Amino acid sequence: MTEAKELLTGNEAIVRGCVDAGAKIMFGYPITPSCEILNGWILQADASKGKTKYLQTEDEIAAGFGVLGAVLAGEKSFTASAGPGHILMQDPMAMAENLRLPFVGIMMQRGGPSTGTVNFSQQEVNLAAFGGNGDGMRIVYSASTVAEIYELVIKAFDTAWKYRFPTTVLGDGYLGKMKTTVTLKKPLNPVKSTPILKELKDSTNLRNCYSTEESLGEVLAKNISDWNIARYKIAESESYKTADAKTLIIAHGLVASAAKGAVDMMRKDKKKVGIFRPITLHPFDTRALISALDGVKKVVIVESSLNQLSRLVKYELAGMKLDISEVAKPAQGFTPEEIINRLEEING
Amino acid sequence: MDKIMPASWKVSTKPHLFCPGCGHGIVMRHLGNVIDEMKIQRDVTLGIDIGCSLLSWNLFNVDTIQTHHGRTTPTMVGYKQVKEDRIAIAYMGDGGGYAIGLQSMVHAAYRNNPITVIVVNNENYAMTGGQASPTSPVGMVTPTSPSGKSAEFGTGFHAPEMIAGIADKNAFIARGTVTNPIQMAALIKKAIECQKGGNFAMIEILAMCPTNWKTSAKQSFEMLKEMEALYPQGEFKTGKPETEQK
Repeated sequence: MTEAKELLTGNEAIVRGCVDAGAKIMFGYPITPSCEILNGWILQADASKGKTKYLQTEDEIAAGFGVLGAVLAGEKSFTASAGPGHILMQDPMAMAENLRLPFVGIMMQRGGPSTGTVNFSQQEVNLAAFGGNGDGMRIVYSASTVAEIYELVIKAFDTAWKYRFPTTVLGDGYLGKMKTTVTLKKPLNPVKSTPILKELKDSTNLRNCYSTEESLGEVLAKNISDWNIARYKIAESESYKTADAKTLIIAHGLVASAAKGAVDMMRKDKKKVGIFRPITLHPFDTRALISALDGVKKVVIVESSLNQLSRLVKYELAGMKLDISEVAKPAQGFTPEEIINRLEEING
Repeated sequence: MDKIMPASWKVSTKPHLFCPGCGHGIVMRHLGNVIDEMKIQRDVTLGIDIGCSLLSWNLFNVDTIQTHHGRTTPTMVGYKQVKEDRIAIAYMGDGGGYAIGLQSMVHAAYRNNPITVIVVNNENYAMTGGQASPTSPVGMVTPTSPSGKSAEFGTGFHAPEMIAGIADKNAFIARGTVTNPIQMAALIKKAIECQKGGNFAMIEILAMCPTNWKTSAKQSFEMLKEMEALYPQGEFKTGKPETEQK
């Protein structure tokens, strides 16, 4: 099967990903820079003759709980939001984390805190991974290109329904709105959804509220045990030109795309630079990072937030003697040239 | 046992967890009877809110999801979007319905989402120790109104009257009370039939809370009588019987 080249924005690619993953219904509330996902989904739903559905809700809380209602009924469902909307989504995401419901959210990061900007940031990493009143049994993907966000959206549905942890795909305003030529690879076997409220003779009665430390403790122990098994199967990353690298950039999302450009330019000058790009920010692909660090003298973590990625990396690498520098530019983007300049400053 | 317990109740989880004298138990009993009478036990999905309502998460032998505070309405709206043939009942107290979850209830009514919302109004946040709620009457002494609820915080939230103003013409909106169980059961039945006809239904049921009201049995009924005078019972929107629906 050959796939044609298409000119698509990130937000258009996301809608295509949701359709190709077999999503049945979207619940959403308009917020920049994610609006085109809601608009685009509704456009295709109206043309689908009832195959797919949507509900524009009164707020993001209702959108998130609408998703939970639909997944309890056994259908793939999702929402898309950003910034302040992502904050409100923490309420349903916490319930999904407790009850192991396959919530899928696509969060197009915007500048924060508060209303901030509508353009770009990487400041919703903490929120996506640890935003609830729990321990962060949550899967977080970060996409760095339009083609990749299509693939990660499909993967998010698969992972959520297979492992039953709430799953977020992080993009950003630039990624959502940039238009580029892509070839979308349709998934062959998306994971199937199944009813969670089973409609059997003996009822399914689900709760997220427990009366003793022990009874909640049992549930959490099971969730943690499942997470610790699944995390190695879920964790993903890309190591680019790391085999002989002396300097290793760690970056994710759109910043990683800029950093990759920087690596290519520096390689032309015979500089031994590589990049490690986490595709899942949570769980983190620690094993791959440790192997990418082989022979590395200097680690530079580059991100558009004040060290949200860096904290994840440093936790995973605790105890290792490494020379780590942080290049943090909250809510502002990087060009490859700027990354080269910062690396030269750091390396002297 | 069968004679005193609705067949749709789950025997293994009885006795239920509500306080002695609590109105929730009476509502649950009649909801069970209606489910039995309509023979819809296998067709109902129950959404349960936070607050004392949550104590009924496993009260029925029907599929049940206990959600977050005020989020039962949007959860059941989402559920019903993909399960059009199921009967979705959202059960909550006056805090979940009229304070934290009001926005969702108003919009579910406005959109005419075919679900049935049952709000048990006991004029306080019972699970957290009886704090004043939107429906607490003026003068009510609670932990958050220790010298009696002041009128400046509202004189008693009349939600069905308000929601009737925004709901679809075919919606069913009513108020009953646990002291009139025949009417209450009839309202529950109509509210379910209205949903089956494709329309939004919401009923409030006035109930006593002896634990937080700190009332004896006799005093509970006296206080409920005052409540019944403040919140008139009846149908604010009568909906349509199933036979008239498309």
